[in-house]
Amino acid sequence: MTYPAHFDATLNLVKETRKFRKTQEIRRLNDAERTGLISGFHPDYRVEGMAGLRIGPNKGDRVPVELARVLEAYSLFDPHLLNLEDPDYVTDILIVGGGGAGCAAALTAAAGGADVLMATKLRLGDANTLMAEGGMCSAVRPEDNPYMHYIDTIGGGHYTNVPELVKALVMDGPEIASWLMSLGVMFDYEPDGSLKVNHCGGHSRKRMLSCKDLTGLELMRVLRDELRDREIPCLEFSPVVDLLLDREGACSGAVLYNMETAQYTTVQAKSVIMASGGIGRLHIRGFPTTNHYGATADGLIAGYRAGAELIHMDSIQYHPTGTVWPEQLLGQLITEVMRGHGAHLVNASGERFINELECRDTCASACIRECSERGNGVTTPTGFEGVWLDTPLIPDIKNHFVGIYQRFKKYDIDIQHEPILVYPTQHYQNGGLRITSQAETSLPGLFAAGEVAGGIQGKNRLAGNSLLDIFVYGRRAARRALEVNGKAAAPGCLSAGHLNRWHGKLNKLGVSEEQRSPLLLPDYTPK
Amino acid sequence: MADLIPIYYLGKKYMVPEGVTIMGAVEYSGHRLVRGCGCRGGFCGACATVFRVPGNHQIKVGLACQTRVENGMDIAILPYYPAQKVLYNLSAVKDPSQELQKLYPEMYRCLGCSACTKICPQDLPVMDIIAEAQRGNLPAVAELSFDCVMCGLCASRCLAQMVPYNIAMVARRLYAHFNLPRPGYVGARIREIEQGVYDQKIDDLLDKGQEELQKLYAERDIECI
Ligand SMILES: Cc1cc2nc3c(=O)[nH]c(=O)nc-3n(C[C@H](O)[C@H](O)[C@H](O)COP(=O)(O)OP(=O)(O)OC[C@H]3O[C@@H](n4cnc5c(N)ncnc54)[C@H](O)[C@@H]3O)c2cc1C
Ligand code: FES
Repeated sequence: MTYPAHFDATLNLVKETRKFRKTQEIRRLNDAERTGLISGFHPDYRVEGMAGLRIGPNKGDRVPVELARVLEAYSLFDPHLLNLEDPDYVTDILIVGGGGAGCAAALTAAAGGADVLMATKLRLGDANTLMAEGGMCSAVRPEDNPYMHYIDTIGGGHYTNVPELVKALVMDGPEIASWLMSLGVMFDYEPDGSLKVNHCGGHSRKRMLSCKDLTGLELMRVLRDELRDREIPCLEFSPVVDLLLDREGACSGAVLYNMETAQYTTVQAKSVIMASGGIGRLHIRGFPTTNHYGATADGLIAGYRAGAELIHMDSIQYHPTGTVWPEQLLGQLITEVMRGHGAHLVNASGERFINELECRDTCASACIRECSERGNGVTTPTGFEGVWLDTPLIPDIKNHFVGIYQRFKKYDIDIQHEPILVYPTQHYQNGGLRITSQAETSLPGLFAAGEVAGGIQGKNRLAGNSLLDIFVYGRRAARRALEVNGKAAAPGCLSAGHLNRWHGKLNKLGVSEEQRSPLLLPDYTPK
Repeated sequence: MADLIPIYYLGKKYMVPEGVTIMGAVEYSGHRLVRGCGCRGGFCGACATVFRVPGNHQIKVGLACQTRVENGMDIAILPYYPAQKVLYNLSAVKDPSQELQKLYPEMYRCLGCSACTKICPQDLPVMDIIAEAQRGNLPAVAELSFDCVMCGLCASRCLAQMVPYNIAMVARRLYAHFNLPRPGYVGARIREIEQGVYDQKIDDLLDKGQEELQKLYAERDIECI
């Protein structure tokens, strides 16, 4: 494959300017410059493509139209046909999603003595967690501390984060690292036995712990293995498509859909922990995504229909460096750690245009500006645009970034000698179900953890903070559910009345009954 | 538009654009995958695929999301392959170097045929990994198997009918739990937090206005690369 011939001129410019760029100092933007750049070029700030929600607890809030369409939609099934008298499963805690947050919650809840049932969409571990390359931030080093982690996180989130949630995040961080070590996670170490730490965008300290460039895979493998050892039951290919309430309106279970037999089943639970991950496969604004196949916002939808409040759902994270060429890898992530190790962002003429260690929204906006207003992008044969990530600047790249090196090698691109063409890709859902520092949503009985929860990261998440957040809040959700379950009476009769009412409202708005959600999986077959 | 080439998916012929991945080709042919697709990025091993190409007697393998189609390729994406996993309790293990042989004694039946190594889509030296496992060499198994996506292809080919990826999984966890360092500063930090060393400092920030926070943020000192 390699690069198309018409890239030669720009590739030469990148090569020629490399030596000079190494000596070049690009200062960081001040707050005003940063705000100007983001409000001018970040997709979140474009009014077109946003819609006001017409029903539900966040009525009036503006969210991307792709999300509005699935939030304001009918259930996949007819609520009247559900078997609510005699549920198919009865458990203490139902955990929705088999990614990092769900597994952390399940292990913690089971260790606390609860009867746990997990339900997940694909196989256990098919999740965004498994795809994380870079690593997990935790302020463990003596040179670092939770206070600095707090300032970095809240500054990176442009002061929109819910402060209590950030406090819990940074304060639990070291304990999470220790928990993962004891579970047998192979973190990277320096020869002197200290933890290897990487720099990454927006952090003022080196605090990203890693497992080579397959951190998520290693975490997910270990958690999955431990879940099996603890014999925690998990229903695979059985996504939750709606929640069930009790007579008092508290969350008391869910409806599962078996994607292979097309059957619906019901679960009665004292508490439900939503850990269903992100939204990437809705392809907000047509962007490609880094997310796994099942990231279709289901948890937001089921939660919202049952009355749980959302926060910051107008805010989507575009990772600055998604692959543009080869097209087979379109949208796939190139980890930020590459910039941490010195790779420059360079336009078609070989010029740097931003300090590469700025936060994600800033770098992404700068890439978009380069390709749009400034006309300095590189255009592919099929009309995609991108800028260069100059990987040959990274020493020993072949060993440090084995996965990425090999991925490109298959397409005859040697990233030791050639840069990678990149453009922002839809990466993370900043907002989500609003939670408290105990992971409670606004709906009693429903907890949320991980990417589906919102408020922790504000409107811009820092690198490495999500892998931490999923474990912090997965564990907190389980602990809180254990506490509350102890006090709760046995759940009352299950009800799906909220769905009937929701459908009534949609009907009044004139929403077509064809509009159903969740999507469960995107459809990539030709239309 | 790329040229179309023929492929055979589960024995049926479809014309698909040259250069696309197997996964792309199968979807282009109108199949909406449920099994056989997870991350779409080469990490999860859900899309282990076996195929043959015309004029070659060999069975070939790859990850559907990472492998490009070839003219006349005959493809099956494996939905699932049964595996055996022995349950264990990491924290109760007494002698880590003996644990592998205790849990998976069938590994000594390895015939040295190397079918596992040949089939691994991640190019891992699976047979060598098993040889190291037989010796109880946890660090070697852990390092050599690190890139394993647990796709199951090695287990599908093993003449001794073992599940190499589950053996390697135990080895990595034992290695991390028993052999890797636990720097003292992590525990020290946890104790500081428990003792409330940072509470006041962070609580003071909780109700600070944006302007004050902005100032602190702008003035924070940044560690050099
Ligand atoms: C390519 C990539 C790289 C990343 N790199 C990093 C990094 O280096 N550092 C970092 O901190 N963060 C990183 N992130 C972000 C981070 O990995 C995720 O935000 C985080 O892992 C999300 O964890 P989770 O458990 O909330 O969701 P997930 O891990 O996505 O798990 C959600 C689970 O729920 C399942 N599910 C979905 N819908 C349903 C349903 N209806 N019913 C039941 N189950 C359902 C899914 O199939 C999945 O198993 C990265 C993300 C991606 C995509
Ligand atoms: S879909 Fe995950 S490896 Fe191919």
